[in-house]
Amino acid sequence: MAQSSTADAARPSAPVAPSEQYNYAIVKKFAIMSLVWGVLGMGVGVYIAAQLAFPFLNFDIAQISFGRFRPVHTTLVIFGFGGNALFATSYYVVQRTCQTRLFGTRLAEFTFWGWNAAVFLGAITYMAGFTQGREYAEFTWQIDILITVVWVAYFLVYLMTLLRRTQPHIYVANWFFMAFILATAILHIFNNLAVPVSLFSLESYSLFSGVQDAMTQWWYGHNAVGFFLTAAFLGMMYYFVPKQAGRPIYSYRLSIVHFWALVFLYMWVGAHHLHWTALPDWVTTLSATFSILLLLPSWGGMINGVMTLSGAWDKLRTDPIMLFMITSLSFYGMATFEGPMMSLKSVNALSHYTDWTVGHVHSGALGWVAMITFGSLYHLIPRLWDTKLYSIRLVYVHFFLATIGIVLYIVAMWVAGIGQGLMLRAFDEFGNLSYTFIETVVFLHQPYVVRALGGGLFLAGMLLMAFNIYKTVMPVHRALKAAESRTAGGATATARA
Amino acid sequence: MADLWLWITDLGNSKIVALLLFFSTFVGILIYLFSSRSRSDRLESYRYIPFDDEDTPEQRDQDRKDRP
Repeated sequence: MAQSSTADAARPSAPVAPSEQYNYAIVKKFAIMSLVWGVLGMGVGVYIAAQLAFPFLNFDIAQISFGRFRPVHTTLVIFGFGGNALFATSYYVVQRTCQTRLFGTRLAEFTFWGWNAAVFLGAITYMAGFTQGREYAEFTWQIDILITVVWVAYFLVYLMTLLRRTQPHIYVANWFFMAFILATAILHIFNNLAVPVSLFSLESYSLFSGVQDAMTQWWYGHNAVGFFLTAAFLGMMYYFVPKQAGRPIYSYRLSIVHFWALVFLYMWVGAHHLHWTALPDWVTTLSATFSILLLLPSWGGMINGVMTLSGAWDKLRTDPIMLFMITSLSFYGMATFEGPMMSLKSVNALSHYTDWTVGHVHSGALGWVAMITFGSLYHLIPRLWDTKLYSIRLVYVHFFLATIGIVLYIVAMWVAGIGQGLMLRAFDEFGNLSYTFIETVVFLHQPYVVRALGGGLFLAGMLLMAFNIYKTVMPVHRALKAAESRTAGGATATARA
Repeated sequence: MADLWLWITDLGNSKIVALLLFFSTFVGILIYLFSSRSRSDRLESYRYIPFDDEDTPEQRDQDRKDRP
């Protein structure tokens, strides 16, 4: 370990417990809220999946209809579950790899309350029927401003912690987290430029119009995938996979190539969501070209993560947390192959406006993002509370429920999407459409049922995880409370005496 | 020299300029990463940073116990 000497020099002479040396309180809060939003967000997801298969589940209640519940689902899982997990892990990783305490305890507290207030308010306003109508950015303008303030605070906390590190080198996981924070700030601000109808109105007009508005939306939309759901979770991967494997990352130089190639290429690819539209042809061709190029850094990163286990593959037989991590990397590889393929104009002509897109998104969101998050949280939470996991067997059950759920989901959406695409493009010998629209809807019923079943299995795994973590954390929490009350009681008795 | 400057500033040549700029930067990063043995060794030594924070033998033991 070449860096041990520098780290040893930076350590205080008297040993200090990590829970005292570092700010773990804020990491704990974000980790728990990630699970809370995860259960709620995935629950809503399964419900709207069931609504698509069985529309009577709308019950003619506007607030829970698909149109309003869908942004509730995406917001809770992306920003609630994913966002809180990213805050938790980034605050943990930056402290541990910089060997310094998190900057600004109150500022970090503000990011927690501000971020979760934004997620909560978002869900409430969508159900009440207020939305900007921009995918993954449906928040009304007041919530957008709150998010901007929170994000600036997050940037300050992270940057100042990096600046006061005792470790000379900034570990690569922090590069990914920093790119995620900076890029998300730029994306959020420019995509949400809008003119409010009035000071007290929740409604606003976008600053852009027509095809420029669409271009801005998808520049944001795909980079939200690129920087929020990919770069940041790669930061998670570059720390937690080596830690769980007990081995350093396969190649540090490859991680540097991975980082620069990924952050450069992602910014260009958003227009592949707008093939065959009013957007100029050269723009979509350029985005498709960059999408194909993006395969290389994506697979470079995947190989770097998977090869970390080189020589220790037996861990997969004994460690379910490692199973989560390696499976997540496999899904990352699969989704980053499927994405560039779908960005080709000829493939997109079939896949766009079908459920294939939905399946692709979920192979990345469930397979990569959620699985690496589960693995990281299973690693992180026992260390935060200085205890052991309540049940390893439940982690195994969770893993298999999640994996089977994802496979059912993706296969159902492939069948639905490709079938739907073929039916919508089929012509008879006279040039008339072979199928009516309602025939495609009837065809979709069975895949939708299977999709809801797959989502249900994934949700069941999430519930098991929440139970496992509750049983892990609560005894420690109760013991701490009891110790605190004993200390307080002792202090009172001493004062009386 | 003036001709070269005019060629660079001509928007019609922007694609070639961008290609040269970005490709040479990428090649530069690769050369930086892989050309020098001592630099490679130094960069690869950073792989161990996540393990520098296992502060005491007791905590390392605890970590091992936590693993299934």
